[in-house]
Amino acid sequence: MKRIFTALFALLLATIAFANPTVKEKETNGSVKDEIKAYIQHHLKDSHDFYLGSYKEDGKKHYVGYVGLPIIIWDNGLNIFSSSKFEHGKAVVQKGTNYYKLYHGKIYKTDAAGTITYDDAHHPTNEKPLDLSITKSVLTMLLTALLMFFLFRSLARSYSKNGNIAMGIGRFFEPIILYVRDDIAIPNIGQKHHGRYMSFLLTVFFFIWFLNLLGLTPLGINVTGNIAVTFGLALITFLLTNLTANKNYWAHIFWMPGVPVLMKIALIPIELLGVIIKPFSLLIRLYANMQAGHIVLMSLIGLMFIFNNWLGTSLSFALAFAISIIELLVALLQAYIFTMLSALYFGFAVEEHHEEAH
Amino acid sequence: MEKLLGEFSFGLFIWQTVIVTALILLLRKFAWKPILNTINEREEGIRSAMESAEEARQEMQHLQADNERILKEARAEREGLLKEARELRQKMIDDAKEEAKAQSEQLLAQAKEAIENEKQVAITSLKNEVADLSLQIAESLTKEHLSSDKKQTELVQKLLKEVDLKA
Repeated sequence: MKRIFTALFALLLATIAFANPTVKEKETNGSVKDEIKAYIQHHLKDSHDFYLGSYKEDGKKHYVGYVGLPIIIWDNGLNIFSSSKFEHGKAVVQKGTNYYKLYHGKIYKTDAAGTITYDDAHHPTNEKPLDLSITKSVLTMLLTALLMFFLFRSLARSYSKNGNIAMGIGRFFEPIILYVRDDIAIPNIGQKHHGRYMSFLLTVFFFIWFLNLLGLTPLGINVTGNIAVTFGLALITFLLTNLTANKNYWAHIFWMPGVPVLMKIALIPIELLGVIIKPFSLLIRLYANMQAGHIVLMSLIGLMFIFNNWLGTSLSFALAFAISIIELLVALLQAYIFTMLSALYFGFAVEEHHEEAH
Repeated sequence: MEKLLGEFSFGLFIWQTVIVTALILLLRKFAWKPILNTINEREEGIRSAMESAEEARQEMQHLQADNERILKEARAEREGLLKEARELRQKMIDDAKEEAKAQSEQLLAQAKEAIENEKQVAITSLKNEVADLSLQIAESLTKEHLSSDKKQTELVQKLLKEVDLKA
């Protein structure tokens, strides 16, 4: 497997090295590159509207399968309207005496003409209202939540209908639930306490997995590669860990047993930092992995259009295909790691006091 | 880091937290609890079934051992009975022989005694007879041969000799 990748990369590098484009081609290549770069940047971000694809014709951008999503703004009162009113950032929306404009995926308060003022680093300085819109990511999460609810409720129901034996799609998911319990929860948390955390671990595992998989579909939904989402997930892990922790856990932070007093005092800030760093590593790991996967995959797909010759394009396609398969694995792996590490942290929180050897 | 913070969408974070929390609570009630309970129940069922199977197997073994023991005992008892019977038979035969022997000896003794008695009786009666006979002889002698003393004495002598010899 590794050898095949190496060979593919080598060939790809060779085509780059021997490609000798004319000046004219270079120019078009440059614009294609910029376009692809912008497209990837745009894709990675959350979006206020949903469409299957877009193309340019006669200098005008056309959208395919466009669906306006509800914009919900809290700005001294609730404002709800469809995202189609923004016309992809071109139009200013008036609500009462306030004017709103969509600029680079964010909603700003503007004047009637939609003026955006910038600071030195070219960041808009306009006031941002509290944006609670049902964005593409929120919609995807809602749909995933709905899917999970019906999926696992049907599994729960099939038991009572079929004499405690799973039926239908539940047959596929039951071993995974068992795996989460027997190989993630029980070894890390222990037989006694694992029951309390099972709901969180199972929900988070399937939630992340499903969202990761959805991110691989051509719908281009990058939910788990969004820092706000992973932050929310890690925050729940953080809160659950610290709210359910026992005396032993806090003793290990504020008064580490079995070390000299000076050491105990020195360890307090380190341990306190550890409390924050643990969930922080969770949120960064999931975010970075999914983000990187999307960037690599989209770049490889973009390469097909940059090369625009049969060898380079087919090689890019082969690589993109291979990376897609790896991403399928990564989707599951990241869900597993997040769940596994959460379980590990819960395990620290409920660990019983044992012999002094530490 | 600045870019990361710039990308951070507070609205998305709020939605995410609300959705996940709601999902955890809903799934806990409608899915995870029933599913895990059922799985636990099933595992418990399997465990108890296996335990009872093991128990049944052990009981079976016990029964088999018991059966074997009983069979052995029965066989031993039969052997004992047969032996006893054989001994009894032998004893009976021996007893019978003994008895028969004793009886025959007794009979023999009785017969001997009877013979002795008869002999005694016969001797007595013979003696009486002889006495009678001698008396008769004496009588006749006295009747016929009293004439001659010599002859008389000779005769008596002769007779007595004979009698004595016979006696």
